[in-house]
Amino acid sequence: MDIFIDQFFNIEIMRKSLPLLFKGLWMTLQLCSAVILLGLIGGLFVALGNMSERRWLRWISIAYTDLFRALPPLVLLIFIYAGLPFAGINISPFAAVVIAFLLNNSSYYAEVYRAGLISVAKGQWEAAQSTGLSPAQTLIHVVLPQAVRNILPDLLSNTVEVVKLTSLASVISLSELLYNAGMARSVTYNASPLVLAALFYLVLLWPLVRLVSHFQRRLAA
Amino acid sequence: MDRFLQTFFNPVVMAQYTPDIIAGVWVTLQIAAAVIVAGIAGGLALACLRSYRIRALNFFIICYADIFRALPPLVVILILYFGFPSIGIQLSGPMVLFIVLAATLAAFAEEIFWAGFSSVEKGQWEAGIATGLGFTRTLAYVALPQAVRLAIPPLVNRVLAITKMTALGSAIGVSEILSSATTAQSFSGSATPLTMSVVAYLVIFLPMVVVARWLESRTAWKKR
Repeated sequence: MDIFIDQFFNIEIMRKSLPLLFKGLWMTLQLCSAVILLGLIGGLFVALGNMSERRWLRWISIAYTDLFRALPPLVLLIFIYAGLPFAGINISPFAAVVIAFLLNNSSYYAEVYRAGLISVAKGQWEAAQSTGLSPAQTLIHVVLPQAVRNILPDLLSNTVEVVKLTSLASVISLSELLYNAGMARSVTYNASPLVLAALFYLVLLWPLVRLVSHFQRRLAA
Repeated sequence: MDRFLQTFFNPVVMAQYTPDIIAGVWVTLQIAAAVIVAGIAGGLALACLRSYRIRALNFFIICYADIFRALPPLVVILILYFGFPSIGIQLSGPMVLFIVLAATLAAFAEEIFWAGFSSVEKGQWEAGIATGLGFTRTLAYVALPQAVRLAIPPLVNRVLAITKMTALGSAIGVSEILSSATTAQSFSGSATPLTMSVVAYLVIFLPMVVVARWLESRTAWKKR
């Protein structure tokens, strides 16, 4: 038991690695805000393409979402980070992560938006427009308020996934939370920094996970 | 254009490394299958246990599900792979990958099945028990079939997301598709093996994505 505590919950080592982990956390938060923001916006465009009247636009956006939902994010990341230099395109680790996860996330967010938009019955579109509202007004005053409420749990759980996803950046040596914890582990030969990083993620994400469950229960009721 | 093709679709490199990539596909499929079976079985078992509403037990089930939904799998993988040997537990790379992904899938599957159980009306539980089925048989014959049907679309999505994470094995030396490809890439000095890994993943996962889309559109219709 003592050796377990010494290897995984060594307070002294945790204390020493704390500054490094905070630095990593800062990078993780920067990554998250970039990827989440771009993903939310990009997803909206893909979803609109998906709902478009033009067939070719619909096909492109369906192909896009299916393609990037089928590829593991880490494969995308490695392909962009290690593959593009072969084509003469050099890219920083940060940019590689943002691009790879943007491609991945915008497809997931797009699916969430699409589910939200079709969750509002067609009759409501027709009713709103027959009362003289323009399509834009219908969208803003009738459809969106309902759609947003319907997709809030999925939007939130997807965002949790994005935050977890940023830990993959450690594979290409971007010094975010997990990478720094791994560095501290290899210097100290002790897993406590990794456990501390896990605690950081828990503090960050547990409230959100609870919230997702709460929303889901309320919607089911 | 020629240079682009030479870099990403070099036929010589392709021919040379196809056996490696196929070996990687095999490893990926084996781990994925084990994760799916163990994860879904574990999640279903936990959700069934939870429906008995034993307070102390449920506290642990909920904590487990929350923790494994909140933690990035890669963190847990590194803790198991690098941390456990120092307390005398030596686990192989594929074993660590299997344990962590199955545990993660079980946590999500538990929540999905539990949502299914919760949506079964109280009256049905009461009716089942009143006809003398008893709690366990009501659970098995009345609630379970309905819960499973509701669970399938979100479960397929989650299974897809988690089996894709077998690629994380490349971080701990599991010779699945991605690590075969990166090894081949560094030996050959060509990006072609990376392209091959992308193709391999698409062949495996694109059908699953299409099935998931189909399942979702079917349930979306029923709701209206």
